[in-house]
Amino acid sequence: MSITEKEFIAVADVVEEEMPVQEMFLNMGPSHPSMHGVVRIMVRLSGERVVWSDVEIGYLHRAFEKSCEKQTWNTAIIYTDRLNYVSPIINNVGYCMAVEKLLEVTIPERGEYARVLVSEAARVSDHLTSIGAAIMELGAFTVFLYTMKAREWLYEIFEAACGARVTTNFTRVGGLCAPLPEGFEDLCRGAIPRVRGVVDEIDKLITRNRIFIDRVQGIGVVTAEEAVRMSFTGPCLRASGVPYDIRRSHPYSIYDRLDFTVPVGTNGDVLDRYLVRMEETRQSLHIIEQCLKQMPPGPVNVDDKRITRPLKTDVYGNIEGLMNQFKWVMDNHGVKVPPGEAYMSVEGGNGELGFYIVSDGGNGPYKCRCRPPCFPLVQAIPFMIKDHMIADVIPVFGSLNMIAGEMDR
Amino acid sequence: MHEYPSYLTELQKRFGEKIEEIAMPHGQAVAVVQREALSDVLLYLRDDDQTLFDLFVDLTAVDYIARQPRFEVVIQLVSIPFRHRIRMKVRLDEDDPVMPSITPFYPAANWFERECYDLYGIRFEGHPDLKRILLYDGFVGHPLRKDYPIDRRQPRVELRKPEVRRNDLAIEPK
Repeated sequence: MSITEKEFIAVADVVEEEMPVQEMFLNMGPSHPSMHGVVRIMVRLSGERVVWSDVEIGYLHRAFEKSCEKQTWNTAIIYTDRLNYVSPIINNVGYCMAVEKLLEVTIPERGEYARVLVSEAARVSDHLTSIGAAIMELGAFTVFLYTMKAREWLYEIFEAACGARVTTNFTRVGGLCAPLPEGFEDLCRGAIPRVRGVVDEIDKLITRNRIFIDRVQGIGVVTAEEAVRMSFTGPCLRASGVPYDIRRSHPYSIYDRLDFTVPVGTNGDVLDRYLVRMEETRQSLHIIEQCLKQMPPGPVNVDDKRITRPLKTDVYGNIEGLMNQFKWVMDNHGVKVPPGEAYMSVEGGNGELGFYIVSDGGNGPYKCRCRPPCFPLVQAIPFMIKDHMIADVIPVFGSLNMIAGEMDR
Repeated sequence: MHEYPSYLTELQKRFGEKIEEIAMPHGQAVAVVQREALSDVLLYLRDDDQTLFDLFVDLTAVDYIARQPRFEVVIQLVSIPFRHRIRMKVRLDEDDPVMPSITPFYPAANWFERECYDLYGIRFEGHPDLKRILLYDGFVGHPLRKDYPIDRRQPRVELRKPEVRRNDLAIEPK
């Protein structure tokens, strides 16, 4: 026996009237397999529909700002590694650029190019991790393995540049931790086509996949006005159709010399956020290629003995170099930043990553504020999942790419 | 010396002494606003055709413990169409660290104000739900104040009774 849709709805209404649905409180997280990172989402459900939700954060609060206030200008850099631990180099660069703004120094061209090159590699690794994790939570485990494979090649670039894979500590005030090693450019040239291959592979596997599209299309929609009102930045804002990218709108470093497009979405749903990230990955690889072509030879550090650490050949070769080294590491003798304040923002993996730094002329920052890009994104979760099914919470959450280290600081 | 952009000089012309100070440190526009005038200034900055600061970026505070007034709340705004940036500051006394909430104009400031309250103890009048966000409910003091020692230990928090667990508190009343 078959019934028409009309009859079905009529029956369903009667059932709902006779058996009122009791609302249920469900607690997701702080440690839940589908919640990468520690965050707690509390939802109240009517059947499977989310009627109310709240987000609780702070599980990974490690007092970043308070710790930085006790550090010197250079030792605070390692704390920035632990903000967004998926693309730590962008944090290093953002912090150092803010301090350099206060010092009013510009680092040599090669240093700028190296920073941009490695930042873009970090952006690719950030986007790939985000895509892989989000899709894994929808059941496609293979993609995660592909992205991890590609991330490994990018980690090799970081490792060559600074000796570490995750806790990079790559920049110094006035330059980099070390000049780029020999063979670095070949390593990058080798990695780019392989990473691009993986991106294409994911594209073929997922972008037109019916199961994936059914799960993510029209889910978690944020219009352009809403996205601006909720202070979205980065890929999530661009997926809603606002072409705001700090690399273009407020160009810093050498981005005004590079050719890249800013991908923009139309619907602002989870699918658009995925597509924007995929395209940005390709654009970043394109930027790396341009950096390799344009990068001039020369020093990477500012030629100022008060700021830059001396070369090891000088430290062990002559007395001035040795004194420089001691001055550089000793309390009250290291880098001196004049009193003042500066705000510098860079385009992080998730959006506007800003550093607001106040100096009182002392040893280290008087105040070191990090503006976390995923803080407002997570704030908007209750708005985005309202009236969605409980199963939709996972793709929405995955598409925001929340990084707890950055959000809770 | 950096030249003042037109929106900054216009702001001072329009609001007169309600703008305590304008400056351009390192080429970045800064305006210090009286607490009472903040709402009017923000409304103007957000909606006027010449400014259109539509994107709220950041809200934080700085504790200048040796100065009077002691606290400075710092708000960063961006205009997406004009590509402008401005930094608004409100100075608050130690005895009266209260300022109007900016959530009516920029709803995204909600969590930022909660964080500022949590870490600096600055209260925002008119905030929909001003409670701690990064720290837990039983935390004593506001750790980013300069007179809070970095190695201070916190008292142990009593195990919450099942009936007052935060779970249940979080459920909004029907």
